[in-house]
Amino acid sequence: MPDIATLLQVLLIVVKVGVVTMILFGLPLPLTWLERKVAGHIQVRLGPWRVGPHGLLQPFADMIKLLFKEDIVPYKADKLLFNLAPLITMVPAFAVFVAIPFGDSVMIPFINKEVTLYISDMNVGILYILAISGLGVYGLILGGWASNSKYALLGGLRSSAQMISYEVAMTFAAVGVVMMTNSLSLVEMVKAQSGSFLSWNIFYLPVGPVWFVIFLIAGLAEINRIPFDLTEDEGTLAAGFHTEYSGMKFAFFMLAEYVAMVTISILAVVMFFGGWNAPLEVPVPIPPIFWLVAKAAAFIYFFMWIRFTLPRYRYDQLMTIGWKILIPVALVNLLVTGFMRI
Amino acid sequence: MEQIFFYIFAVIAVVTAIAVVSVRNPVHSALYLIVCFLQVAAIFILLRSPFLAAVQVFIYVGAVMVLFLFAVMVLDVGKESFSEHMHSQAIPAVITVAGLLAVAVWLISTGSLTAPLGPYTEEALSKNTEVIGKALYTQYIFPFEVVSLLLLIALIGAVVLVLKDKGRGAGRRP
Repeated sequence: MPDIATLLQVLLIVVKVGVVTMILFGLPLPLTWLERKVAGHIQVRLGPWRVGPHGLLQPFADMIKLLFKEDIVPYKADKLLFNLAPLITMVPAFAVFVAIPFGDSVMIPFINKEVTLYISDMNVGILYILAISGLGVYGLILGGWASNSKYALLGGLRSSAQMISYEVAMTFAAVGVVMMTNSLSLVEMVKAQSGSFLSWNIFYLPVGPVWFVIFLIAGLAEINRIPFDLTEDEGTLAAGFHTEYSGMKFAFFMLAEYVAMVTISILAVVMFFGGWNAPLEVPVPIPPIFWLVAKAAAFIYFFMWIRFTLPRYRYDQLMTIGWKILIPVALVNLLVTGFMRI
Repeated sequence: MEQIFFYIFAVIAVVTAIAVVSVRNPVHSALYLIVCFLQVAAIFILLRSPFLAAVQVFIYVGAVMVLFLFAVMVLDVGKESFSEHMHSQAIPAVITVAGLLAVAVWLISTGSLTAPLGPYTEEALSKNTEVIGKALYTQYIFPFEVVSLLLLIALIGAVVLVLKDKGRGAGRRP
């Protein structure tokens, strides 16, 4: 029989995982509303307006609609894989958050116990995140293949080619950050950037901004957002890999996509913008998690802003950017970073 | 506790490995292979090498298998041709596997096939990545360089093959 302390630790981990999962399940509600509002205002419209004040209840209406939709499985589809694919996409998107640190540690007021604001501080944290988030692509490929539809299959093939191409650049950006901070652990990464905003990795001149741009472009491509949303190119592919999906299965794909966007935003903050460190010394005590959330929210807004500002790239342009621009730039930058760290 | 987990992972790994070669549909067998690789990664974690586990997931599950699936889907390997391939090789394959199993069981039961833990304590292994990096770039630098050269050759070879094909095809066009 294990003693009480071990049991408490296990319980704490279970509670943390539960809380993070619940937050992630709830996140798409405000995010879909925000995305539509941003779209509306950029296009000089109002966006959602009818359901609730300022359309605030629109996501709930959407959720009810998706729940009651008929769940169609196409004729001659591979049933097992067709049903499994949304889960294969969703589980890695959530599993990534095991390694993501939201803050250092806080005192819980009533039980007087110090609790860390991350589920696990792995010493291979960044590798784990890149590896697990790479698994999500299987849902896209298998879902596209299992639908037994040409649009879905082409969308799945495109997404796998795109993911593989940009994962290389993304990993190079991660290698650059690892070289700048001397650690693979995300908690150590943030600690190495403590101090004023000048010690953030983005201000590690001249290589920091270059790594950040590489990471941002590769990240945009990894989460399939405009200008790199070739996998669901309405003009040529209907809706890409999820053409045949309806109801909650479609909602799971969307959920995974929003969670991936949050992941990339938080990763950008942790790797380049000092995580939960304040940009300057402030006289008022502000909890560190506020900074992390605020910076991540700024990135989420940035991704939405880009979506309604830029056009979509052509497929060959996408490949050219990935292989002929990002990777050579990353290699040169790697060399420069290496010389700077000697 | 650890042994229970080891047996769970090991059993799933073996079952999925058998499923890889026995199911008819090549896409399904690719999926089983992914599950099998994930179990191997889990066993690496039990062996206190998180770095190897992460790399296993990253390279084998993440990159190699995506390419594999890509090829299977593009080539559209029919179900028939896959099962035919199995048919002619079934008997030699069973004999080989049985022979290998017998040799492995004999070696393990006599105790001549062991994997000692090496000179590392539990604390040294918590900095697993550093240990691996130092070993790779000092003690095993020569094999490391040979492997990277081999990979480079394979990479260039693939590009050369594609370019040659393209040239011939272009020439044939009227």
